[in-house]
Amino acid sequence: MSTPVPLAPPRRLVDVTIDGREVRVPEGATILDACASTGTDVPTLCYGDTLTPKNACRVCVVEVDGARTLAPACSRAVEPGMAVRTDSERVRHSRRMVLELLGSSVDLSTTPEAPEWMERYGARPERFGPRAEPAALGERDARHAGAHEPPDGAAAATVEQPPKVDNDLYVRDYGKCIMCYKCVDACGEQWQNTFAIGVAGRGFDARISTEHDVALPDSACVYCGNCIEVCPTGALSFRSEFEMRAEGTWDEERQTQTTTICTYCGVGCNVTLHVQENEIVKVTSPHDNPVTHGNLCIKGRFGFQHVQQRRHD
Amino acid sequence: MDLRFLDAPPTDAERDAVDAVLGPAESGWDGGRREAADLRYARGGHAARDRRDLLLPALHAVNDRVGWISPAALDYICRRLTVPPAEAYGVATFYAMFAVHERPRRVVHVCTDIACAARGADRLRADLAERAGPPGGTGSEVVWHESPCLGLCERAPAALALEAGAPPRYAVAAPATAADLDRLTGAAAAPDEGPAGTGAHGSAGAATFASEPAAGGRAEPPAHASVPQAGEPGLVLLRRIGVVDPESLDDYRANGGYAALRRALRLGPAGVIREVLDSGLVGRGGAAFPTGRKWEGTARQPDTPHYLVCNADESEPGTFKDRVVMEGDPFSVIEAMTVAGYATAARKGYLYIRGEYPRALSLLENAIARARERNLLGRDILGSGFDFDIEIRRGAGAYICGEETAIFNSIEGRRGEPRSKPPFPIERGLFGKPTTINNVETLVNVLPILLMGGPAYAGIGTGRSTGPKLFCVSGTVRRPGVYELPFGATLRELVTLAGGTPDGRPPRAVLLGGAAGGFVRGDELDIPLTFEGAREAGATLGSGVVLVLDDTVDLPAILVRIAAFFRDESCGQCVPCRVGTVRQEEALHRLSTGAGARRTDLELLRDVGAAMRDASICGLGQTAWNAVESAIDRLGVFGAEPAAAPAEAPSPAHAAKEDR
Repeated sequence: MSTPVPLAPPRRLVDVTIDGREVRVPEGATILDACASTGTDVPTLCYGDTLTPKNACRVCVVEVDGARTLAPACSRAVEPGMAVRTDSERVRHSRRMVLELLGSSVDLSTTPEAPEWMERYGARPERFGPRAEPAALGERDARHAGAHEPPDGAAAATVEQPPKVDNDLYVRDYGKCIMCYKCVDACGEQWQNTFAIGVAGRGFDARISTEHDVALPDSACVYCGNCIEVCPTGALSFRSEFEMRAEGTWDEERQTQTTTICTYCGVGCNVTLHVQENEIVKVTSPHDNPVTHGNLCIKGRFGFQHVQQRRHD
Repeated sequence: MDLRFLDAPPTDAERDAVDAVLGPAESGWDGGRREAADLRYARGGHAARDRRDLLLPALHAVNDRVGWISPAALDYICRRLTVPPAEAYGVATFYAMFAVHERPRRVVHVCTDIACAARGADRLRADLAERAGPPGGTGSEVVWHESPCLGLCERAPAALALEAGAPPRYAVAAPATAADLDRLTGAAAAPDEGPAGTGAHGSAGAATFASEPAAGGRAEPPAHASVPQAGEPGLVLLRRIGVVDPESLDDYRANGGYAALRRALRLGPAGVIREVLDSGLVGRGGAAFPTGRKWEGTARQPDTPHYLVCNADESEPGTFKDRVVMEGDPFSVIEAMTVAGYATAARKGYLYIRGEYPRALSLLENAIARARERNLLGRDILGSGFDFDIEIRRGAGAYICGEETAIFNSIEGRRGEPRSKPPFPIERGLFGKPTTINNVETLVNVLPILLMGGPAYAGIGTGRSTGPKLFCVSGTVRRPGVYELPFGATLRELVTLAGGTPDGRPPRAVLLGGAAGGFVRGDELDIPLTFEGAREAGATLGSGVVLVLDDTVDLPAILVRIAAFFRDESCGQCVPCRVGTVRQEEALHRLSTGAGARRTDLELLRDVGAAMRDASICGLGQTAWNAVESAIDRLGVFGAEPAAAPAEAPSPAHAAKEDR
């Protein structure tokens, strides 16, 4: 029996030019989609394949002919006759600056593509000066909107602070947070509808926070881990990954990934087990699954310990 | 949505304050008493969630009553409105005027922004810090903060005291002396035990603030004291200021009020739009977009309902014209909104006023109540069959909420973050519906357009800059205030009208357009004050700020203040602005103190500035480097070669450390 293939209603095709190459893409597609169809690589950080683009990070900006400012490729829809440049001097400059500004204020050590992009765009985050001392735990969470300590200019302010380890399942290391809003969107109305986290504060002091800044176990969190699934920088990670990284034993080269079906209920979500030395170290879920789009519940995400209860007799 | 709440109940005062805005709770489901019958139904769905836009008024109610928003109070609001507490916490912490940690009932905001800095705010602040402790200190009765521009620049230096209670009170000290600040930071009066609900926000006719100033405060001078031209013949926009009693609808009508609305009702919506198109009116908030095209665009949208928003969140440093209009001629704003609503087929208008304008708020609340009494708002206005009403929404200390899409989010009870455009407000604005949004000054221009006719109005001014324009003159001039001139006068004429600089010292620089605008040199006063003229000169009129700085002013310190302003006011959504404004302030700090390598820091400023201008989401980030760039290139601050005229000597205080 053949699988039914859901067909989208036919869409008109739109002619656009990407770096001088003409392409036809469906009406309503984004510039990023059009770039993908020509094989043009555009860096993205806050873009999530399962989420509505927030276009907050601005690393994907491109130059649209006739526009005053650059446009975010991830969310700007193509228009007929649009001419887009993805590698002009203006584009390269803004991408380099976004990478330098992020690199100088956030710990990008676990952001997979960061080093490659930094090299491609010649970003030197260190030119803003030595990094300021990390804030004490909770200090950034208590900051009041519209006020800040005057800087002395000797050090570059950062968002670095100690990781928040307040439960057994996952760790929030907000020194690595680039404020892409993806975890908030995944927790809230776009997927989970739990609304355990939101963006609090303003400007450079904006941060991801639970209600009243309570610890995670006192919050509305249901530990679905769908925020970890979409985090682009490793700010949110499994406790197991966090601890192995701290010990220096985390090694993705030695990990296998096996996609299987969650055994708990009848929905049949896909789970991808990341296994290192015969231990499950992390669970993800394929984003292209037409039912779950990479989302799981606490059982699928974290309920794997029983697999590893080996008999010792 | 399965929301999780705290177990802690709100205090009686907190509950009263919230209930005064939202009405009493219906059932145990939304925070009321739990009855057995509650178990037989579930409250939820769209009906429960559709009141999210009351979040900001409810937060204000608690803050006004108690002085801060406790977790229990926030939770109670969330129960009432079915808002997730994490989102409400994000909203409450977005605004500078709200506190989520306990603080004294009285908060004194001491302006340290550009116009006040040019008038000695620094010394005032230093004195106050010595006597009352550092800003944000932990006094039990009063706390004081350094504040961005309070919009009282013509009376700089300024301070505003807000005191929570039932009703809340305020007091303005401008120009503020050390003795004024001592009185304002003195002990707060005992809380009034007024009946619950007198501080209600939004309920018909009720005033938010008490009419008597807070203890230690003095009565403010009338609004026309800020208009040196008041009473002169030939004024168009300011003609009623100082002539009418701003509280009296009869006075307003006796002086030509509501004649424009009558004419509009005769012309019909399309006729009104034609007049506005013919007039050539462009927006006065800073972006100069043709108003008629905006109205036409909204009126044509098939989607309903349409909304009208009056942007009275005047927060651009150095701007105070809208405040003076609202305080001196509040009915004109209400009439103009009614006309705009009629033309664009909106039945509901929101007037979003910044939280730092308590007197304008009180006068507008009165104006709306009086207009409703006479059927100038409400159903079937003047027997025309047109229904229209206005709701006031008060901001809470966020410059970004003056951005046209951030204001929508703020009204809707979300964080005041700008949205991506497209879609534009005429298609998807407030509540996702077609929306017209205009600045106060833009709207009040519509009244003379209707009275004299679009073509006659277009005859005032020059080429593409038609009509009269309000300018906010402040800084080191003899007679600061709001001035009305037809477009086309030169900067020199305006500065002369304001009495020139005291002691005849040459102006060193003039900041045009506010913190988002740019500096011109004191020898460039022949710039014509038109949109084209300013653009040709590489400057901008922006919101009409003309802030004159003579050679006694410490320019590098002003630049650091501008950078600190943008760092504080960035919403934090996009990287170029969120981090760029921080790096800009750091670099300026090094440049102004002489630390670090000058050339490297100037290059760094240019690199960051270009990315902010090119890649930020909204106008805040895109203009955050404008003033600094113009100071470097045009004024030669920090020793860079000025772009055009001969370099002037750097001020002695900085000559030594600038060249390295």
